[in-house]
Amino acid sequence: MNGRTFLQRWFGRGWLSLGYLFLYLPIIVLIVFSFNSSRQDMVWTGFSLHWYQELMSDTEIISGFGLSLKIAFMSATSSVVLGTFAAFALVNYQRFNGRTLFSSMVSAPLVMPEVIIGLSLLLMLVSMQKVFGFPERGVATIWLGHTLLGMAYAAVVVQSRLQEMSKSLSEAAMDLGCRAHQVFFLVTLPNITQALASAWLLTFTLSLDDVVLSAFLSGPGSTTMPLVIFSRARLGLDPRVNAIAALTILVVTVAVIVYAVMLARSDRRRRRQLSAAYTIDQE
Amino acid sequence: MTSLLQSLRNLVTLRWVTGRNAVIAVPSLFLAAAFLVPFLIVLRISLSDMDTAGSPFGGLLSYVDGIIVLKVKIANYLFIAADELYLLTYLSSIKYATITTAICLFIGYPFAYFMARAKPSIRPVLMMLVMLPFWTSFLLRVYAWKGILANHGLLNDLLIALGVVTEPVQMMNTSFSLVVGMVYAYLPFMILPLYANLVKMDLRFLEAAADLGATPLQAFWRITVPLSKSGIIAGAMLVFIPSVGEYVIPELLGGPETLMIGRVLWDEYFTNNDWAMASSVTVLVILLILVPMAIFNKYKTDQHAGEKA
Amino acid sequence: MTIATPAASASDASAPFLLIDQLVKEFDGVRAVNDISVTINKGEIFALLGSSGCGKSTLLRMLAGFETPTSGRIALAGNSIVDVPPHQRPINMMFQSYALFPHLSVWDNIAFGLRRDGLPKAEVAARVEQMLALVQLGQYAKRKPHQLSGGQQQRVALARSLAKRPQLLLLDEPLGALDKKLRERTQMELVNIIEQVGVTCVMVTHDQDEAMSMATRIAVMSEGRILQVGAPGEIYETPNCRFVADFIGSVNLFDGRITQDEPDHVVIATPDGEHYVSHGITGNLGMDVSVAVRPEKIGIQTAPPALEERASPKEHGYNCAQGVIVAMAYFGNETSYHVRLDSGTVVKVSRTNAARHDAARLEREQRVWVWWDGADIVVLTS
Repeated sequence: MNGRTFLQRWFGRGWLSLGYLFLYLPIIVLIVFSFNSSRQDMVWTGFSLHWYQELMSDTEIISGFGLSLKIAFMSATSSVVLGTFAAFALVNYQRFNGRTLFSSMVSAPLVMPEVIIGLSLLLMLVSMQKVFGFPERGVATIWLGHTLLGMAYAAVVVQSRLQEMSKSLSEAAMDLGCRAHQVFFLVTLPNITQALASAWLLTFTLSLDDVVLSAFLSGPGSTTMPLVIFSRARLGLDPRVNAIAALTILVVTVAVIVYAVMLARSDRRRRRQLSAAYTIDQE
Repeated sequence: MTSLLQSLRNLVTLRWVTGRNAVIAVPSLFLAAAFLVPFLIVLRISLSDMDTAGSPFGGLLSYVDGIIVLKVKIANYLFIAADELYLLTYLSSIKYATITTAICLFIGYPFAYFMARAKPSIRPVLMMLVMLPFWTSFLLRVYAWKGILANHGLLNDLLIALGVVTEPVQMMNTSFSLVVGMVYAYLPFMILPLYANLVKMDLRFLEAAADLGATPLQAFWRITVPLSKSGIIAGAMLVFIPSVGEYVIPELLGGPETLMIGRVLWDEYFTNNDWAMASSVTVLVILLILVPMAIFNKYKTDQHAGEKA
Repeated sequence: MTIATPAASASDASAPFLLIDQLVKEFDGVRAVNDISVTINKGEIFALLGSSGCGKSTLLRMLAGFETPTSGRIALAGNSIVDVPPHQRPINMMFQSYALFPHLSVWDNIAFGLRRDGLPKAEVAARVEQMLALVQLGQYAKRKPHQLSGGQQQRVALARSLAKRPQLLLLDEPLGALDKKLRERTQMELVNIIEQVGVTCVMVTHDQDEAMSMATRIAVMSEGRILQVGAPGEIYETPNCRFVADFIGSVNLFDGRITQDEPDHVVIATPDGEHYVSHGITGNLGMDVSVAVRPEKIGIQTAPPALEERASPKEHGYNCAQGVIVAMAYFGNETSYHVRLDSGTVVKVSRTNAARHDAARLEREQRVWVWWDGADIVVLTS
């Protein structure tokens, strides 16, 4: 930070500002035009809550939303469980047969195009249906696809936290009489709760928002909210979509701010306690 | 011989049922079922003959007159290889993915750099501001660009109001809108690994460089950039690989001239109902991205190894 | 507050308790622990002393059970423990980083091991209270580790490792994380507590002062081997090789050859002068040896030293030399002089500043005599 020239500092601020503007422009536009009173593409004709009202009676979207929530809850939970298993294996077992294959398969969904994953899963499901008569495509199959994707993300988050955790904590637990599973449940797990929570939220959001996998894996009667939005968006601009967007953004922003405030507060509390401890130590 | 007996005995006495094996087995079984098996099926279908009912279950192997016959239909692959359109589409996908990656790097690297050099107290806020759009719906944000780039959309209205143009410029459904959408969607994926890498860099390297007479620009090119190599590559792969097969953005923002393989795949299955063709295209896409994926794997694990050391 | 001590007290200090026999640990072809055999007695505090990479930590981890030996035996009270997993060994370890569980209070940290044993609640509570009193942290029982200072955290770690009344206590660089002032105080407290409880203790350290002041016996290690085992005084005054002599404290080493070898005295000729040792040694005439003399055993003065002070026969100028002071370092309690002898060798002499104002003050560039008693010489053959 020291010795940075005037030019450097202002170039930096400028670049960051433009970047953030680029990132947030669409979001602001979405929100602003959700209050537009007319249906005209982007012509502002006046403030109105009309579209929010329409949203309340839009059964297609509301049922889609309910379905998406359900699937998101389930897949977030299963993603975190499976992802934690995988992360634990990768961090603690440095050598085992097929480790490279295992590691590649866990992280592949992170980068692979969703069309590929979706199509492959779909073809397998269809083949299974022909041979065994099940499964019918619907909620369960969407859940399967979302879990595969979510597991990859959850594994990354949990793995990162596990690697940060000091190895001597588990050794101390063993030294004091814990068997392997006790070490995990009594020592490891309580110390990764924050990572588990972020992984859960991340995979929840991913599932809630997913279009491609849901499109391939859904069946009649299992239309998720993103699919509804997508089909409408393909046809043109729909201010009801703007209204949904505004609501979503509001919820997310409030959640993030609350989280950040809570984090800052606990951080300050911790620092106060630590300095109190040090002054006492002069006895 | 004794090791074989030993293995058999271990199998029977269930010595292999350890906690450790269970931890590895659970995710492995899921991955095998949800990941490995589907790809094997895709491969098989791509090589199968579609029977009259329209489903490719003419078996690969059959037994005719005392001869085991293996029928591998490579016609689909030959068709793809010969068809100019498919070839063009593959190349076009790679082209757009590369452009997107390059622009993301150009915008994202300085962004991550300045984030990492900001005061430690405001870094979490900067980070949060990058993550916030990520948490709001991807679909909705891409949809927003439709409005901004439309003929009577925000950007055109602004240009007309400023007098830069007299008539609306066609920006929607073009290569331009596609790239804008792609860069917009994938920018955080470039910024985050770069930031994670740059923020851990020891600033003393730069102090040493300055001490030895390097200008800030020289120090940047010769020290900062090479040291962030693994971050650059991880970010590039995180953007490039999914971009190749992207579907939603080309569909919403692209046009007839923007050939992308993701849309082809979708259309082959949903519109043409041609499973075999869709499978063949899929296999070829997988082969296409195998090398970049291997690179990504190497650099993401390299990063971990470096952190451990 | 009386602490119930195990039946055998420190008076059994001579009873072999921990037996390590031909222990080897290989990592990728490199031997971190290279054929180590040593016996540790009940009730003693045994230090493994060496610089980083000498294998001391690996050895400690094998005792704890976190590494499996490539070959060799470890027996505790007659029972082999090599195949016993860490959670079943009657051994507890105090980690260098303390490894206190961040999500548990001080109380729960100490109770952790006791609860794994399935002890009844009342007994767990009693033991935890006992331990808290032992380390004097009773009022901090409800706190979490991050609310404690470094010194307090260390005491919790100690209490936690003693709670299960282990047969063997392992300490990994116990004072490493503390600053200097705290270290001195903690050293004595630590030894007091360990002796009060009466547990046998193996500690690992790279700090000589720590080992010398805390341990009953020390093993000096280098490159996976033990070079010498003995009480601190033994190691310091009677090192068995150049490495040990040089590793502990400072030493002056003169290389030379035995020119007289009698049962009652030996003379070694070196380029810097002749050394007279007033006892016989195991060595032959003409053998190449090193003579080791500690800096505090060397006298320094401007006048020639008296014969009686050097314990050498009248006719010869043994155990002394002349030189010029080339450097001085003042430490407050002592002063260290570097004297370049006429032969070219630089000798280090240290002298306590016994009086506030020294009448016979020495200056740089001054020409002086250095001398030492033949009894203070150690002859080293390796």
